[in-house]
Amino acid sequence: MAVASAVLVAGLLLALVVGRYPVSLAELFSVIAGKLTGHAPAVSPAVENVVWQVRGPRVASAALVGAALAIAGTAFQGLFRNPLVSPDILGASSGAALGAVLGIYFSLGMFAIQAFAFIGGLAAVAAVYVIGGAVRARDPILVLVLTGVVIGALLGAGVGMVKYLADPYGQLPAMTFWLLGSLASIGASDIAPLGVPVALGTLVLLALRWRLNVMSLPDEEARALGLPTGPLRVAIVAAATLVTSASVATAGVIGWVGLVVPHIARTLVGPDFGRLIPAAALLGGGFLLLIDTLARTASAVEIPLGILTALVGTPFFIWLLASVSKTWS
Amino acid sequence: MILSGHNLTIGYSDRVVGRGLDVALATGQVLALLGPNGGGKTTLLKTLLGLLAPQSGEVRLGDKTLASLTSRERARLIAYVPQSHVATFAFSVEAVVLMGRTAHGNLFSRPSSADRAIAVRVLEHFGIAHLRERPYTMISGGERQLVLLARALAQEPQFVVLDEPTASLDFGNQGKVLREIRALAASGHGVLFTTHDPNHAMRAADRAYLLRDGARVGEGATGLTLNKAQLEQLYGTSVETVHDSTGRTAFLPG
Repeated sequence: MAVASAVLVAGLLLALVVGRYPVSLAELFSVIAGKLTGHAPAVSPAVENVVWQVRGPRVASAALVGAALAIAGTAFQGLFRNPLVSPDILGASSGAALGAVLGIYFSLGMFAIQAFAFIGGLAAVAAVYVIGGAVRARDPILVLVLTGVVIGALLGAGVGMVKYLADPYGQLPAMTFWLLGSLASIGASDIAPLGVPVALGTLVLLALRWRLNVMSLPDEEARALGLPTGPLRVAIVAAATLVTSASVATAGVIGWVGLVVPHIARTLVGPDFGRLIPAAALLGGGFLLLIDTLARTASAVEIPLGILTALVGTPFFIWLLASVSKTWS
Repeated sequence: MILSGHNLTIGYSDRVVGRGLDVALATGQVLALLGPNGGGKTTLLKTLLGLLAPQSGEVRLGDKTLASLTSRERARLIAYVPQSHVATFAFSVEAVVLMGRTAHGNLFSRPSSADRAIAVRVLEHFGIAHLRERPYTMISGGERQLVLLARALAQEPQFVVLDEPTASLDFGNQGKVLREIRALAASGHGVLFTTHDPNHAMRAADRAYLLRDGARVGEGATGLTLNKAQLEQLYGTSVETVHDSTGRTAFLPG
């Protein structure tokens, strides 16, 4: 847990200090101290502006999105009893992507696009759940995952269709940019629509943290231990989907965080969700802050987050596959 | 208290596995369920556990039907010991045993210090307290079976239902688990277990229930029910009987 907290603090400090307008650590601390004590800080207003207005919202949303994706990934991995599962397993990301490209296609405002994406994510998972639940089978989890894969593919085709129909000079680049994930256009007004659903979903998952441990057993065992697994699964999926959809609506599709971070957290604090959820949140927040800082400073043009996380995530995932037989059997 | 099934039709939504089954198990008693593969043992087990609803007939627990109980109430009365399996996540042995306390807490509760004391007590009871901190994934198959037994006991149930508890164990651990089954009955639990070995039923059970093609072909005290003729009919193979000077009997597949 100490390691996880350190990663978040390092990510926060680095993200606030580094950039086109460098801020020294001393300046940063005096700005923060000024805000806390109410005195005017002993730095130029430009520095204060960079810290609070320019980088502040972006840093806060990067930490929130990273934490959200990691928490959702942790919950889904437990629920599906599979460490290779990511938050978009039930189609949340593909649903949000379709919502967002539709919003761009109809030339809606930024807020409407985000709302479309958020609702798209929730609707996709709800559809998967209803269809998967209607199929009577011995293994409800497997049916749910397969339905998620199929619906995800269908939504992906929908995204392709909308891109094909879109105006190739204005809309198509906007769609491509959104789908690759970015926090470049984040403002202070984006924090509440992101933070409230993330906090809500996280609270539900934290409250159920011991039940999540038992839910990671085979369904019949969990039921024999006294859990109403059906309703609990709905609650967990709903909470994790809320968290995922809100972060995808804000930042676009950012893969890998929800897959890789829960695994690192598990090696640090063990599989108990009481410790795992907070650790994953801290690590995920710190990880995405580092990635986002890299995204806006590594080159003259911003590198999309989805590309950077994939660059880091792919080698890690291969290592995970190679070592999975040792760790989980 | 008595756990009983009355005129049960058991099976899944797409097929019926067994019909007209009556079964009863009292606390303090051990019942062994025997029969060839695919004969319906596991389906009957799951029906009696309340994990699978009977297609007709009813399962009763004391003066209530099993269907009228919530999953939490049921878990305080019947514990399930599944076949020893490999877990996905490396929970500690103590955490696995604490999961047995789930039905004693509410939806949001975490294990209390009283729950932890019970976990330690059952681990000591089975002589595996030293494994407390070890990951459940890193212990031997015999130790895993004992951990699952400890988890069942932590549930503080009246009945313990075990699915092939000796299936994947070495010779020594088979004996150990059979002794623990006897001990469970001696401490007042009703125990139901499935097995492929009639000798295990002779060793640990008071009564045997023989199931073939979804129908009961025999039931009664193990000494009377388990004999050459019954077993040959049950498994469709010849059986040799071995007697020793004290009058005990063992069976060998012919």
